[in-house]
Amino acid sequence: MNKLGKLLYKELLLESRQQYSFYGLLLYIGTTLFVLFMAIDQPAAATWNGLFWVNLLFICINAVAKSFLQESRGRMLYFYTLTHATDFLLAKLLFNSLLMLLMSSISLLLFTLLLGNPMLQAAPFIGLVLLGGISLSLVFSFLAAIAAKAQQNAAIMAILGFPIIIPQLVLLMRLSSATFSPLLSVSWTSVALLVALDTLIVLMSVILFPFLWKD
Amino acid sequence: MRNNWWKIWSAVLLVYTFVAGLLGPVPALPLLQETIRNLYFHVCMWFAMMILFTVSVVYSIRYLRTLDLKYDIYARHFAVTAIVMGLLGYTTGAIWAAYTWADPNKPLINSFSTIARDPKLIGAAIALLVYFAYLILRDAVTDIDKRARISAVYNIFAYAILFPAIWILPRILPSLHPGNDGNPALDVKNDISASMRLVFYPAIIGWTLLGVWIATLKIRIQLLADKKMMS
Repeated sequence: MNKLGKLLYKELLLESRQQYSFYGLLLYIGTTLFVLFMAIDQPAAATWNGLFWVNLLFICINAVAKSFLQESRGRMLYFYTLTHATDFLLAKLLFNSLLMLLMSSISLLLFTLLLGNPMLQAAPFIGLVLLGGISLSLVFSFLAAIAAKAQQNAAIMAILGFPIIIPQLVLLMRLSSATFSPLLSVSWTSVALLVALDTLIVLMSVILFPFLWKD
Repeated sequence: MRNNWWKIWSAVLLVYTFVAGLLGPVPALPLLQETIRNLYFHVCMWFAMMILFTVSVVYSIRYLRTLDLKYDIYARHFAVTAIVMGLLGYTTGAIWAAYTWADPNKPLINSFSTIARDPKLIGAAIALLVYFAYLILRDAVTDIDKRARISAVYNIFAYAILFPAIWILPRILPSLHPGNDGNPALDVKNDISASMRLVFYPAIIGWTLLGVWIATLKIRIQLLADKKMMS
């Protein structure tokens, strides 16, 4: 537990020392949204929903790709001598989830500012966005580990990840479109299903990461 | 001969499928009519695909447990054969849909986007995309051991997420496809008449065995080629 905390602290420290990537990500969100803002004004709720989730997907790839790709071979070897694979992976997953929580909140804010606000039930939608951000970050963190080991760039993450993420994304879009109407309510069984899928992903990552980690 | 009994079974069952499937009695249902015979081909392709993907994952797990490269070759070729089965499933499904689901008043191509939205088709498309990605990932890594390990990890990870998803998606999306209310394929007890089940079950086994046969041939060729390369 202590090791996990230290590793998480190291991630945060690195992020604060190399702020270019954080600001780069913010700029990425800003420019993407500005392009969307120029392309369409006041989209219908269904379009808004689709754009929002697809946008979050691309932000996630950019945010998470760095986490494993930044570690050089030598540094991975150093970590290998210091920590256990599970601690290392969980620290990355936690950090990426935190990062995506922040990024999804920022993109939600910008979306409502620039493209209008179709939400009639704001609280459940915000909850879904945060949950969705975590789900995306968990899947793509593990795929980033695979991409890094295969010595490939973020493009292969997209190829590997898009098919896997579709079911979760469909669930999220379905659920969030319910919040655009005043009468429908979000089904809790579906939310539970999403949480269960997230747990499954964390479990599989923990089981499989040691095989990637050994070189 | 001792190890080939299942190949004979495969051939016998498939001959039976073709003869009984094309000549046997089928219920005359509105809209479906004689196209219902496609059940023996279309549905069996998906069953074979799912079974072969599962076999591929099992070999990936065995690879990670033993680090024997032989199992990596097994996993790859079972996945490739499953992809072929999946593509055939798509083709047979498309022909079937063209006569049953497509709007007869419009050109066939216009109905495509509506039909492709069906959750069973989405599930099948995702499965195929995942395994295409698996093949791309394999080709992206040059080191043999590393390739085997990384692709085995991806195979297991993707499978573990894919299969719950294929059971979940049909429950949340509307569908024309038989077997609603959460069934990923169709309800064998209620959707298929007793006389059709007599052909349907052997057909599944026959097609699956054929898939295994093709995969084992490909594996043997690969193993021989590798042996030649090593020496």
